[in-house]
Amino acid sequence: MALREISVKEISDAVRDLCIKINYELSDDMQDLLKEAAKKETSELGCKVLETLQENLVVAREEQIPICQDTGMAVVFLEVGQDVHFVDGSIEEAVNDGVRRGYGEGFLRKSVVEDPIERTNTGDNTPAVIHYTIVSGDKVKVTVSPKGFGSENMSRVFMKKPADGMEGVKDAILTAVRDAGPNACPPMAVGVGVGGTFEKAAELSKEALAGIVSPYNRSWTDELEQEVLSEINASGIGPGGLGGKVTALSVNINTYPTHIAGLPVAVNICCHVNRHCRAVI
Amino acid sequence: MEKHLTLPLSENDIEELQIGDFVYLTGEMFVARDAAHKRLYELMQQGKALPIDLKDSCIYYMGPSPAREGRPIGSAGPTTATRMDKYAPAFLDAGQKIMIGKGKRSKEVMDAVVRNHAVYFAAVGGAGALLSKCITSSEIVCYEDLGAEAVRRISVEEFPVIVVADCHGGDLYARQTQ
Ligand code: SF4
Repeated sequence: MALREISVKEISDAVRDLCIKINYELSDDMQDLLKEAAKKETSELGCKVLETLQENLVVAREEQIPICQDTGMAVVFLEVGQDVHFVDGSIEEAVNDGVRRGYGEGFLRKSVVEDPIERTNTGDNTPAVIHYTIVSGDKVKVTVSPKGFGSENMSRVFMKKPADGMEGVKDAILTAVRDAGPNACPPMAVGVGVGGTFEKAAELSKEALAGIVSPYNRSWTDELEQEVLSEINASGIGPGGLGGKVTALSVNINTYPTHIAGLPVAVNICCHVNRHCRAVI
Repeated sequence: MEKHLTLPLSENDIEELQIGDFVYLTGEMFVARDAAHKRLYELMQQGKALPIDLKDSCIYYMGPSPAREGRPIGSAGPTTATRMDKYAPAFLDAGQKIMIGKGKRSKEVMDAVVRNHAVYFAAVGGAGALLSKCITSSEIVCYEDLGAEAVRRISVEEFPVIVVADCHGGDLYARQTQ
């Protein structure tokens, strides 16, 4: 099969556009979840918070003010078809250039520091965190998912034991959500990775937030998602952590085969500003 | 209870605030977050003068997105206050009266709130676009090199916050999940 040439400039432009777009307008799935959740809330402060968040989305879109001031660290997933040949330069530099232009031209906050200890701001929100996957075909799927750190900081990886089973997974999710509480700007979106290795579980949980579904998922994941979501919403944390029925909008679980000795569970906490959007090139 | 108050708050204003109160603030406040707190705290530790006057001050834990032309500020919602816990007791002991942020505080901070007759408000996290519309002016006071983390002085009008920790030892977050 012939290789398809794709200029890295095309990828760079897509990254730029997606960074800007998603910081001003949340994807429909999250907007719908927020709208539905608002109907279920009964606490006074909780209703007020949910109304505020919905009004905020309208103002953000109409007046071109980012939904949240934490416009995130740019996480970019590249699913690259194996018949693609990139031309015109380095793909990594192209992605970072897209982030640099998106955050600059889009009036987005520059929230990345050069070194975790010395902490000098890079000034342009680069580098991005890039995840590459090689898939079949001759297309490139670019998913941009800027991640805010109020919620990222509350994320956890638990190395459970095989004997902990389904209850262990549930316990891990509920523990992470309870500990996150008001810090993660509830209502939250919860991404969960079960299986693989330590780092694979974390990656699966991030993909779950970005709407990338693992092909390994079994039917139990759907049931567990619903069950855990109701338990989270029974916690009382509520919108803004001020009390109420709506603590999370969604729980998405991704799985992967794992070792005979292990049951890794990663819980990636996000807020309702769960930004993810994609382009196929 | 809903209240409309002018900054700086008086002793009496603070005395009457209770957890769960919805308050609209008008007046001036400082904006500072992690990196600025670290610098100010280090100056305090060395016994040096600070570039801002903490007495009766209000600090909003926030790092805005860049302002578009013709606007005072970009998106401007609260950041997690928990990260300021290491510094906040010293700030309160030095005269700061109001903290605005989101999220849980340590026991040391909660104790310092009571000891100093102060208050911790939460603003709605994730509502940065809407909150920015209550901000009428913004100027950098110091640490411009910190970019989004520079210390600013902003003027707000009817800026909405909720009392999470009051001077009587009340803790709204703890009440919700008991
Ligand atoms: S947790 Fe989400 S809503 Fe809250 S400040 Fe961070 S990005 Fe914004």
